[in-house]
Amino acid sequence: MSEHASSGHQGVLVALAGQQNAGKSTLFNVLTGARQHVANYPGVTVDKKYGQYADDAGTVHTVDLPGTYSLTSFSLEERVAREFLLDERPDVTVNVVDASNLRRSLHLTLQLLELELPTVLALNMMDVAESNGVRIDKTALAERLGLPVVATVGRKGEGREPLRAAIRAEATRQAAAPTAPPPPVRYGALEPAIVQLIARTAPQAGLDGVPRRWLALQLLQGDAAAAQVLEKRLGSELAGPIREDARRFIEAFESAEGIEVSDHVVACRDRVVETLLDGAVIGADDGRPSVTDRIDRVVLNRWAAPLFLVATVFAIYQVSIVWGYELTTYTWPFLAKLRELIAGVLPSANFLVDPYSRSLGLWLVDSANTLLNYVPIFLILFAAIAIIEDSGYMARIAFILDKILHRFGLHGQSTLPLILGGVFAGGCAVPGVMATKGIPDTRARFATILTVPFMNCLAKVPLYTLLLGIFFVEHKSLMMFYISTMTIIFALLVAKLLTKTVLRGQETSPFVMELPQYHLPTVSGVLRRSFERTWQYIQKVGTVVLAVAVVVFALLHLPGLSAESKAGYEERGQAAVAQFEAALAENSYRDVALGDNLVPLVNYFTDYKRAKLNAAGAAASQRVAEKFETRNPDFYPLVKPPAGDRDAKRAWGALRKLAAARQTLRREMREERITTSILGSIGRGLEPVTQFAGFDWKINVALLSSFAARESSVATLGVLFQQDDDQNATLEERMGAETRAGGATGLLAVSMLLFFALYPPCLATTIMVKVQTGSYKWMLFSIVFPTFLGLGVASAVYSIGTAAGASGITAMSAVYWGAFALLLLVGLLSERQAGRRLRARLSQAGADA
Amino acid sequence: MKTLNDVQPGGRVRIRRHLSTGAVRQRLLDLGLMPNVLVTVVRSAPLNDPIEVKLDASNVSLRRREARTIEVSAEETDHV
Repeated sequence: MSEHASSGHQGVLVALAGQQNAGKSTLFNVLTGARQHVANYPGVTVDKKYGQYADDAGTVHTVDLPGTYSLTSFSLEERVAREFLLDERPDVTVNVVDASNLRRSLHLTLQLLELELPTVLALNMMDVAESNGVRIDKTALAERLGLPVVATVGRKGEGREPLRAAIRAEATRQAAAPTAPPPPVRYGALEPAIVQLIARTAPQAGLDGVPRRWLALQLLQGDAAAAQVLEKRLGSELAGPIREDARRFIEAFESAEGIEVSDHVVACRDRVVETLLDGAVIGADDGRPSVTDRIDRVVLNRWAAPLFLVATVFAIYQVSIVWGYELTTYTWPFLAKLRELIAGVLPSANFLVDPYSRSLGLWLVDSANTLLNYVPIFLILFAAIAIIEDSGYMARIAFILDKILHRFGLHGQSTLPLILGGVFAGGCAVPGVMATKGIPDTRARFATILTVPFMNCLAKVPLYTLLLGIFFVEHKSLMMFYISTMTIIFALLVAKLLTKTVLRGQETSPFVMELPQYHLPTVSGVLRRSFERTWQYIQKVGTVVLAVAVVVFALLHLPGLSAESKAGYEERGQAAVAQFEAALAENSYRDVALGDNLVPLVNYFTDYKRAKLNAAGAAASQRVAEKFETRNPDFYPLVKPPAGDRDAKRAWGALRKLAAARQTLRREMREERITTSILGSIGRGLEPVTQFAGFDWKINVALLSSFAARESSVATLGVLFQQDDDQNATLEERMGAETRAGGATGLLAVSMLLFFALYPPCLATTIMVKVQTGSYKWMLFSIVFPTFLGLGVASAVYSIGTAAGASGITAMSAVYWGAFALLLLVGLLSERQAGRRLRARLSQAGADA
Repeated sequence: MKTLNDVQPGGRVRIRRHLSTGAVRQRLLDLGLMPNVLVTVVRSAPLNDPIEVKLDASNVSLRRREARTIEVSAEETDHV
């Protein structure tokens, strides 16, 4: 945060504080415009949004604090907001309040004033308040609070200039003569204790900058973070007695008054709020149902609610995943062109062994393209989510589904991440994990983060299709049903397991959530959020994926071919070249084709063939022809012999043969390289373990390399189960033939399917897990745990299935219905357990009271 | 002892006190479920849990488990 401290002399630092759903972020956008950045607060996963604008008098740095209902230290957001206000002491704090719900909003205002912060009150959502029939006497409110009050409508961009003016005026006033606002609340019977504690802390220079009255009040409310501040600033020798005093005061107060300090504090504040509002705010509830009430009567109706929910989920899925995926067929050519461009810049290919700079460069471009290919999907997806969030329906989704999800340790708000991850078939875990951000319960949030990757992401589908095509031709639809519904069963069971074990100690918070009024989302708001989140995805995921792509590249390429096998390939390559030279000995194109031109010519030939293959339609084909003719007019007759030119035709035939020989050699080299590579050795080294699941080293290598990106599993299998040139079989047929020859059955396929369904998230997702959990420990866990789980399940199914002589489909049915039965059992048991625990807790509370 | 969990949809009651502590209690207070406040139970979710209650100017949903920790006064039938 030093960027503000250093600029504090020329600029003004403004913090925006407010409750959730008060439109704080919208107002922040209005205030700062496009110039803003998102970062994390140090050490935590809470977003820190900051931006700046300039008015006549200079620059104003603006920070958007996380939305909080109050400033206790119970939740992470509140701790972050409070620390910022205490440590940075912003020149002006803008308190954004929901004008239609002042009674609740002003509680936070009072707490800001107790922190002795110069404050401007922004009465936001004035339009909603007015349409609800609420009239607010701004002047009276400003007078009673002793604060500047500005009316704004963030969604419509209204009130920007008056707010900026009020901020500047307050900053100027403070700069001239710093004055803290007077304490807004008197706490009656608690006052003597407050005064005594202030007397104890006032002389301590170590506490400079900490408002003493506020500190006293926090200590009396037993606030853990405030006690820590005391401890840290004064050391335990000085802090100990003060805390001891506070403890005595609390005991004395509670036994005398028969009420807890924090209840007393809230009650006192509420009385002050009532006095503030009395006469200054007129209207409110006239008893007539609001628009929101009327919509909810339908949308949350017991019978209609599931229908609306399914329709919404289906709409998101259809628009973003299905249509978005179709859109990528239009955007892919641009990425392919980018690859061609870069391929042209990189050092050109040799006859057999390319320079590393070329192969690594292309490898990186391919990795990046795999990610960028999803950008259209994300843009649509994030826009759809923004619409649902802004409209207020997201909270309703949580309301409808919380019961089921909560039973398995998840949360009502886990719905969206699971949908994005691909509950049916086809999603992406990266936005799924990103969307867990809003879940307020840490334990449920972590459980969601760790189970989203079990959903069927788009990239798992090719492998499923491949395996179903080989082994389950007659049971295809039944298997598809199993696969697409199995993942949610597994996810719920795993969530429950994790909640009961490793996540046990995580913070939980109650499901107490506002159901905000419905709003019509604005186009600019939706677009802004969509672009913002997509950009975050590209930034955060992109850099790390590239870094790890380098590592995987090394694992697949090192140690490389041995000297003698390399010599063998060279020899065969030279033989092919010699054959070509012999064929052209008497040819008029001899000088064009031989010598230094040979390698460029073969490259030219392969480029031309690929370009022709990619060109769709006669016009595009014509363009390719023209392009290659201008690129090298000398070579062109050799790749497209003119009619009647017999020499050219003969040279073309020889060239084609040479190119084919080169391709075969290169493929054999690649296969040998992978076989002897570090990754290949790892794959072989794992065979003793994976044999129980039926996996040989080839499958191991494919599964390992799919960690970089799921899509590559099928591609790697394609390389490993390669065909000879005279064969023309699909990968399905080749793999089927080869694995059957090795005694494999549908059982192996089931084993692979199960492993792949439970397999660790891809690299991009694990990065997102790191971002969202803020720890490498959880990132590592998200990789290791599913590996063992997947391997365990696959091994059990394969070994037991083999022993029992079960067919693939029988094994799959058994696994599916077994898991389903377990799900029902766990669901019913946890219901009874929860009931028992609650009764115990309540009787305990009753005894205390 | 009557809790918010026992109130049928449409019922209007006054909050007497909270039996919960710590973060749960703070959260309930923050969202306006303060002692002495009037609340109306609007509906329960399609699967019966959580419930939705209407306060002065906002609607809040909470699980029955939390609703059971809020002691309320006898139903006020004068206004629904």
